[in-house]
Amino acid sequence: MKLRKVTAASATVLALALTATACGGDDSKDSSSGSGGGKIKIGIKYDQPGLGLKEPDGSFSGFDVDVATYVAKELGYKPDQIEWVETKSADRENALARGDVKFIAATYSINDERKQKVDFAGPYLLAHQDLLVKKDSDITKATDLNGKKLCSVTGSTSAQNIKNDIAPKAQLQQRGGYSECIAGLQSGAVDAVTTDDSILAGFAAQEQYKGQFKLAGLKLSNENYGIGVKKGDSATVDKINTALEKMVSDKAWDKAVQDNFGPADYKNEPAPKIGNIVK
Amino acid sequence: MFDFLEGYDVLGAFWMTVKLTALSALGSLVWGTLLAAMRVSPVPLMRGFGTAYVNIVRNIPLTVIIVFTSLGLADIFGMTMGASDDVDALSFRLAVLGLVAYTASFVCEAIRSGINTVPVGQAEAARAIGLSFSQVLSLIVLPQAFRSVIGPLANVLIALTKNTTVAAAIGVAEAALLMKEMIENEAQTLAIGAVFAFGFVVLTLPTGLFLGWLSKRLAVKR
Repeated sequence: MKLRKVTAASATVLALALTATACGGDDSKDSSSGSGGGKIKIGIKYDQPGLGLKEPDGSFSGFDVDVATYVAKELGYKPDQIEWVETKSADRENALARGDVKFIAATYSINDERKQKVDFAGPYLLAHQDLLVKKDSDITKATDLNGKKLCSVTGSTSAQNIKNDIAPKAQLQQRGGYSECIAGLQSGAVDAVTTDDSILAGFAAQEQYKGQFKLAGLKLSNENYGIGVKKGDSATVDKINTALEKMVSDKAWDKAVQDNFGPADYKNEPAPKIGNIVK
Repeated sequence: MFDFLEGYDVLGAFWMTVKLTALSALGSLVWGTLLAAMRVSPVPLMRGFGTAYVNIVRNIPLTVIIVFTSLGLADIFGMTMGASDDVDALSFRLAVLGLVAYTASFVCEAIRSGINTVPVGQAEAARAIGLSFSQVLSLIVLPQAFRSVIGPLANVLIALTKNTTVAAAIGVAEAALLMKEMIENEAQTLAIGAVFAFGFVVLTLPTGLFLGWLSKRLAVKR
């Protein structure tokens, strides 16, 4: 009886393991056939105003979206041939590895760990970690944060920077999304919200918040936004880099920045040089 | 292969999970028992309140409850729970509050099913010798009911252990929050996911085995 139990258990484990590997096999097959059909799949965020946002009517807006559309145009795809795919932060590397998307433009900071998993084109924007505060706030430097209530998104790099380096004595409240933080800022429950200045500018530029908040302009870190491409696909990286250079030289880049961040009084960095990663 | 674990306090994060689970389990056992008592009490108002509470709370997603404790109770109504200037302690207490409110409804239903296993004759006999309602419940019915619902309560406890991950949504530094941090930094979704999945199996499997054994030993033989 005991022996039968053990046999049954190991058979179950074996079956599970086989199913798991079978799934893996299917996925890799999909990726090879996915590139045809005259469509291009691009990964963006759906929930970041100013960068990548899915509008209520189903259209998409934001700086990442504009950059991705331009790059796709240079790769030979019209806007109506683009299929947008939501790639949340935790899923970006896998989406590329599986071949779900051709490339990802989703506030994707280039760093060494990620470079081991994916290849990056760009950078196409240099952002900095910053604080969003109320218009009349007296927070002007990072040390002002000690003892203040500060909000960021659970697990984000910005939250970790605050905890470890910038202001360890700040009261860091981590929430599920930036909109929850902004709501807290509006109601006065938190004193500042922190993440990349580009993301904060996108929120501050939203209709319902216009004129209520300001960026502190602290430049607490350097975030080099790159376009993620499947590891080893250097041909695509080269094509995207050429497209990005063209976007900067024909001023479409400046227009995209102005369109998306303009109302928030966002002082953007000049367009970064391809391959020039600011540490 | 697991060298990415360096520099992260994985055990500390799981310790927070254990603390959340233990406190919430204790709280929901007390509150759930009270709710069960209300649901079988002879007072219609209490029965109504118990029924309404259980049916409403258990049908609200836990995430909504937990986020409401933070955005609603703390931000809008300014509830501080005795931790006005310590955000970490406040989130922890709010998370326990939310978990207790939610889990208690399941505990209540488990206990009520246990009460139903106690033969009606027991309560009638107890009433016949002059015991009051609370005496009947606490001396005769509940002790027998508890012994028959250890198994179902173990399920609730295991579900609660896993539900604590929702507390990450309001910034309690438990296992799920550390997992998010590590995935953000290390870009190794599968390996990190496996580590945390294993951690939860280590927490819940012994609980299930022990309480399963206990429920067999203590079951009232009828």
